[in-house]
Amino acid sequence: MFGLDKRDTTLLLIVTVLTMFAPFILNPFPTDSGLAQFNAGYPDLMQRFVIFGIFAIGFNILFGLTGYLSFGHAAFLGVGSYSAVWMFKLLSMNVIPAILLSVIIAGLFALVIGYVSLRRSGIYFSILTLAFAQMSFSLAYSVLTPVTNGETGLQLALDDPRILGASATADGSIPVTSLFGLEMRSTYSMAVGPWDFQFNVGYYLCALVLIAAFYVAIRIFRSPFGMMLRAVKSNQQRMNYTGLNSKPYTLAAFVISGMYAGLAGGLMASMDPLAGAERMQWTASGEVVLMTILGGAGTLIGPVLGAGFIKYFENIFSKINDNVLHGWFSFLPDGIEDFLVFVIHPFIGKGWHLTLGILFMLVVIYLPGGLVEGGQRVVGWLSRRKSAQSRQSETNPAE
Amino acid sequence: MGILEVKNVGKRFGGLQALSDVNLSIKENSVHAIIGPNGAGKSTLLNCLVGKLIPDTGSVMFGGQSVLGRAPYEINQMGISRVFQTPEIFGDLTVLENMMIPCLAKRDGSFELNAFSAVMSQRDILEKAEHMLEEMNMADKRHMHAAAMSRGDKRRLEIGMCLSQEPRLLLLDEPTAGMARADTNNTIDLLKQISEERDITIAIIEHDMHVVFSLANRITVLAQGTPLVEDDPQNIRGNPKVREAYLGETA
Repeated sequence: MFGLDKRDTTLLLIVTVLTMFAPFILNPFPTDSGLAQFNAGYPDLMQRFVIFGIFAIGFNILFGLTGYLSFGHAAFLGVGSYSAVWMFKLLSMNVIPAILLSVIIAGLFALVIGYVSLRRSGIYFSILTLAFAQMSFSLAYSVLTPVTNGETGLQLALDDPRILGASATADGSIPVTSLFGLEMRSTYSMAVGPWDFQFNVGYYLCALVLIAAFYVAIRIFRSPFGMMLRAVKSNQQRMNYTGLNSKPYTLAAFVISGMYAGLAGGLMASMDPLAGAERMQWTASGEVVLMTILGGAGTLIGPVLGAGFIKYFENIFSKINDNVLHGWFSFLPDGIEDFLVFVIHPFIGKGWHLTLGILFMLVVIYLPGGLVEGGQRVVGWLSRRKSAQSRQSETNPAE
Repeated sequence: MGILEVKNVGKRFGGLQALSDVNLSIKENSVHAIIGPNGAGKSTLLNCLVGKLIPDTGSVMFGGQSVLGRAPYEINQMGISRVFQTPEIFGDLTVLENMMIPCLAKRDGSFELNAFSAVMSQRDILEKAEHMLEEMNMADKRHMHAAAMSRGDKRRLEIGMCLSQEPRLLLLDEPTAGMARADTNNTIDLLKQISEERDITIAIIEHDMHVVFSLANRITVLAQGTPLVEDDPQNIRGNPKVREAYLGETA
């Protein structure tokens, strides 16, 4: 289907189902139950899941296929966000032109940074991209204040021109982002018994973009171009002596992944029309590296899983505090309860980074292929067990 | 006039004159061996031919065109393929994919942004790669990871990859180094077959005299960065200068 083989079609369908039914899947607990705090099915968080999913899919095209580890991809995300907000300020609140501009500007930006950085490989390439990203961050933070509004961040104002729209709504407030009148923030709540499912227009736009982005990534992975990118990772020497110029291949991969990052940045600004310099900081670049490796670099679905995993941790795990823990362990004798809370305390709340770090280490050491490899091992183990069982049941009657 | 003409090539690394005044002419459709003791400059010469090094002096002409100052991939597209001392293949890719890449490079040139069509729908490339694998006797390994193969198989694959580009000149850098006797003999047979069946020139750098005398119909002896003598194999065997500089040492 759509020029994909059976396995890839299945993968695309899985991603489609996961994103389309996310409001249900991420909301398994009734609203008033004690476990409701583990629900992640609210619009703001679901948007972040898919936006970072797109970011990681793009990053994986560069890192997963060519092995070039960029430590500056957040710069393209930030550039995308700024471009989108400028489009909202100058043109209209429609998200389409904003997202298109962010993809184009991020692509151009990636072309320049990639052209310079790709003169080196390995750690030198990583350092060059990191340096460029930090440079962009400082520029956005201070030097380019007229464009980026410095540390306050770029925001919409009532006196923005918006030539194809209104500067202000009838009641004197700033208009909201929309897709031909469909407001991004509008949410439909569906109450089913004790559950409350929320369907947000912005989320569904992001989800559709994610599915399209995933589809394009599959096509790239399976194309001759994708094969050349894997060849770059495997043996550049052989590639150069096989009549192939590896430079334009890596540059094209860099620009494509930069455009994915720009797309994610544009979507981010479309959901919440402001852009700050902190989006370009090196910690943000590191985050997408973590997502890709945690999920499984070089696999198709890995980065999406990694992005969801980390964002879930960041937003849900960090909300658990000592009071919640005391609630969970209240059935234990006081001394043991206090001791357990004391032991777990550093790993929760603000300490979620510690837990994430330990998990990351475990994955890198024991599952170098990331969560995808973990999944494959479980499936392999189950099918081996199943076939062993069926063999037994086949032989038993004969005996 | 040979297919490859090397004139007065010199190359210096710091205080070491690695090559000086090298003149070499390789005739079309011959098997030309370049031999010499360690440090004679064989590898340096080879690297000057494929664009990895640029000689300080002299000229290198391939089919009437200069190769100097061109990148390795450009020289390869001109028709020179190189086989390395340790097999250089795409270890993470399958054997079939390994074979498809040079076929794509031959068809599409050094860069082609073909990002939206499936590899497996490129019928012509697939057929050519499969055909080449059959010729190399490795069709049964097509879905194997290339890195998992034996050294002999890797060498066969690498030679097959080079041949699928239909080069005019095939350069081999000690193709049997570190191989078991059986693998060495297989490689000799394969190279013999290639030179007989194809319209191709082979230049080979080799230590193993058994390989050299089974294959070559012209031999250049290099010593201390300069050609000592160039002749037919039977004359090389009896040449006292060569015995002294090279064969005498190893005997």
